[in-house]
Amino acid sequence: MSTTSTPPASHAANPRHRPSLSQRRSRPGEVLFKLALQFCLLVAFAFLVALIAFAVIKGWNRLDPRLWQEMPTGAASRVARAGVQSAITGTLWVIGLTAAICLPIGIASAIYLEEYADNTRWYNRLLELNIQNLAGVPSIVFGILGLGLIARVIGLGFTVITAAIVLSLLVLPVVIIASREALRAVPRSIRQASYALGATRWQTTWRQVLPAAVPGMSTGAILALSRALGEAAPLILLGAVTFIRFNPDSLLSSYTTLPIQIYNLIKEPQAEFQELAAAAIVLLLVILLALNSAAILIRNRFQKRW
Amino acid sequence: MAVITPGAPVPAASVRRGRRRPGERVIEGFLVLAAVVSIATTIGIVVSLLFPTVEFFGEVSIIEFVTGTQWTPLFSIKQYGVLPLLVGTLWVTLIATVIAVPLGIGAAIYLSEYARPGTRKLLKPILEVLAGIPTVVYGFFALTFLNPLLIDLWPSDDKPEFQNLLVAGIAMGIMIVPTVASLAEDAMSAVPQSLREGAYALASTKMQVATRVVVPGALSGIVAAIVLGVSRALGETMIVTIAAGLKTDGIPWSPIDGAATMTSFIAGAAQGDLPVDSLDYLTIFAVGTTLFLFTFALNALSIRLVRKFREVYE
Amino acid sequence: MSDPNRKAPDVTDTVSSTRPAPPPVALVNPANRNEGAPRGDDEQVLRLEDVNIFYGDYQAVRGVDMTIGRHQITALIGPSGCGKSTVLRSLNRMNDLIPGARVAGRVTYHGEDLYAREVDPIEVRRRIGMVFQKPNPFPKSIYDNIAYGPRVTGMRVSNMDELVEKALRRAALWDEVKDKRKQSALALSGGQQQRLCIARTIAVSPEVILMDEPCSALDPIATSKIEDLMFELSRDYTIVIVTHNMQQAARVSHRTAFFTAEVDEQGERHGRLIEYDTTNKIFTNPAQKRTEEYITGRFG
Repeated sequence: MSTTSTPPASHAANPRHRPSLSQRRSRPGEVLFKLALQFCLLVAFAFLVALIAFAVIKGWNRLDPRLWQEMPTGAASRVARAGVQSAITGTLWVIGLTAAICLPIGIASAIYLEEYADNTRWYNRLLELNIQNLAGVPSIVFGILGLGLIARVIGLGFTVITAAIVLSLLVLPVVIIASREALRAVPRSIRQASYALGATRWQTTWRQVLPAAVPGMSTGAILALSRALGEAAPLILLGAVTFIRFNPDSLLSSYTTLPIQIYNLIKEPQAEFQELAAAAIVLLLVILLALNSAAILIRNRFQKRW
Repeated sequence: MAVITPGAPVPAASVRRGRRRPGERVIEGFLVLAAVVSIATTIGIVVSLLFPTVEFFGEVSIIEFVTGTQWTPLFSIKQYGVLPLLVGTLWVTLIATVIAVPLGIGAAIYLSEYARPGTRKLLKPILEVLAGIPTVVYGFFALTFLNPLLIDLWPSDDKPEFQNLLVAGIAMGIMIVPTVASLAEDAMSAVPQSLREGAYALASTKMQVATRVVVPGALSGIVAAIVLGVSRALGETMIVTIAAGLKTDGIPWSPIDGAATMTSFIAGAAQGDLPVDSLDYLTIFAVGTTLFLFTFALNALSIRLVRKFREVYE
Repeated sequence: MSDPNRKAPDVTDTVSSTRPAPPPVALVNPANRNEGAPRGDDEQVLRLEDVNIFYGDYQAVRGVDMTIGRHQITALIGPSGCGKSTVLRSLNRMNDLIPGARVAGRVTYHGEDLYAREVDPIEVRRRIGMVFQKPNPFPKSIYDNIAYGPRVTGMRVSNMDELVEKALRRAALWDEVKDKRKQSALALSGGQQQRLCIARTIAVSPEVILMDEPCSALDPIATSKIEDLMFELSRDYTIVIVTHNMQQAARVSHRTAFFTAEVDEQGERHGRLIEYDTTNKIFTNPAQKRTEEYITGRFG
């Protein structure tokens, strides 16, 4: 590279001193920088591979029907015949209920904010700011909310419904933010066309905007639910940390969930518990991976390019 | 509605507000109600933290809480100094940040500036899946895989404890890398292509474009990503509960000690059968309030930064 | 059309007084700005031989031959989609940045093949700068925008302040911004931003400046300032400009190349060079019917 220090236009003025273009300078810094960046990415993915491989190897002996046919136990003598059935059913109950609570509320909030709210009003801006902030509140603080208010003051106790309400509130911001993005992606012209035909605001939303936004919303919904599915911290405060030996049968049953049961097993010192924990982790990761793949598939297949 | 023959002109009618549409109002009311839930949640959090915390500080002085170096509410000699928990939290957060920032930003620069579009399209969703792995899994990995490895490789005889802040911090760092990388990549992708072209036209190399134009251009967005990552590390519970232990008797001066953080103390305390309204039970809320204030400040900072970033380019 | 007897603008006077004397070869009566007579020496700076440009499988430009002379302003005109910007971007290898873009044929710079394997595209852009359609100042201070190029190219600059001042004066921007050099470049008006981008390009001392519709985002007053500047700069620099504005081409350029899109036997559209001559000839007596139709506004 030239090291001219002369003022501008020096090349134009001195064409004879033009060095050749072909002196391709080797730039070791460039190569090193790129390698360093690749290294960063590689490390991130290497840990993922290590994490999954480790869980699979460690849990390999316990990846059999015992996992979902047998109940958990805290007794070392019985651990060979133990599984996590009550945690699987508990998870299904809690997550099913969470979906039933948080999806309607989240989507309705998103519709309000995107289609109805006048966002020059202070209260609507506050609402928006509040949702952003809520998204960053640590999950264990939601556990405190559940413990102090829902379980004790409202009196729902340590039950399936308390857990579902707390997890719903926890992932509500995720649902709202994803649904709003999906609504925002629907072009304004569609709404204008509908209004111009004399449709009301709700008719426009219900018949034109929502159908177009469904793929984006379902992606967001699945991602939100998979976050709820993996969440353990708030449920520790809500009485889930026990080796429960029965499946929940009502909203007011005691319960446990997969992540909590994994935590429970990790706490036990014997290696058999660790193996069972690893097997349960593999099960949890398989479920999450399936959900995430579904979300990505929906996003790629159905999302319209306007 | 009157029957209208297609094509035939509609009889002229008044456009004055005649028809009421009660359905529309009801629906709007329902939507507003749904939106209010999130406000109610915030109020609920504040209320459920505030009252027990006030009660707690009725019995323990705020000065003891802030300056005390022992946190032993579950011992016979009860002391309520939050410093051990704070220092434990800071260790883990610091270690996590030191790991996650270079890795996350490096990965983001690669994805945004170097990777081919196809590669980026493949890797970005994987990164997002990675960000969704439950933290209890990271905790397990830290305790049963990383920590034995760490103890084996440790150069001095003063080996890390069975549970320690260092391994929790490392696992936490790995956990927030995808979050930082994904958000930072978003910020870098939002830097207009025209700026890159301008820089290339001035004979910049790829590295110069990345480090002198894209990174400074996306800086507030990148910082917001880091702040959000730090906030996640600060508020994360399961990794520390599993991998760092629950010891609270004194300030952990070294990261190879096992010690509780604010979150793991809350999780640990809640597992015992605490009588409601006992002072021990109230500690959960006092520490929870402290944690909430810290993360609230960080989130507010991150939101401001993102807004500033948007102002530059939108 | 333009006024051929337009006076050299005031900015030129203030600028030239602070500049070192330009090379004598460049001194041609400035009033005859669109006279079209080749000025300077006849040295060819850039030469395109049977240039074909592809984006993936799509051939955007087909069979272009032309030469660009030193210290001239060469305008590339034509309807949109005719490949004129693509040709411009092939002159400093900006097309390298588009995945799948490929140039076949020869583009030579003082006889050196720009696309030879051993050629460093960074070195190419060091000699052949570019100004874009929309002003794209970096979100940094005015000063840092100018200093960026010298810094990244590793120029040994004894006095950066001086270099910044010279570049700003050269771009006729100094008087407007001398007191706010440390302020953000984004606070400038569009026209000022574009002149800043020109100053930024000058600061690395290129020989050629490519301009891709530099005035399309500007109002008429800002446009006229840029045109004056271009004319002034052509004493020291070789300028190639793409413009959709025929009057602009007629006003500022010495030579004009007319491109259009043609449909080939397979029904695919390619950009082609139809006619290349002095601006005077193209606008008063074009050889090709299609050129005449375009010039007179009958198509495009």
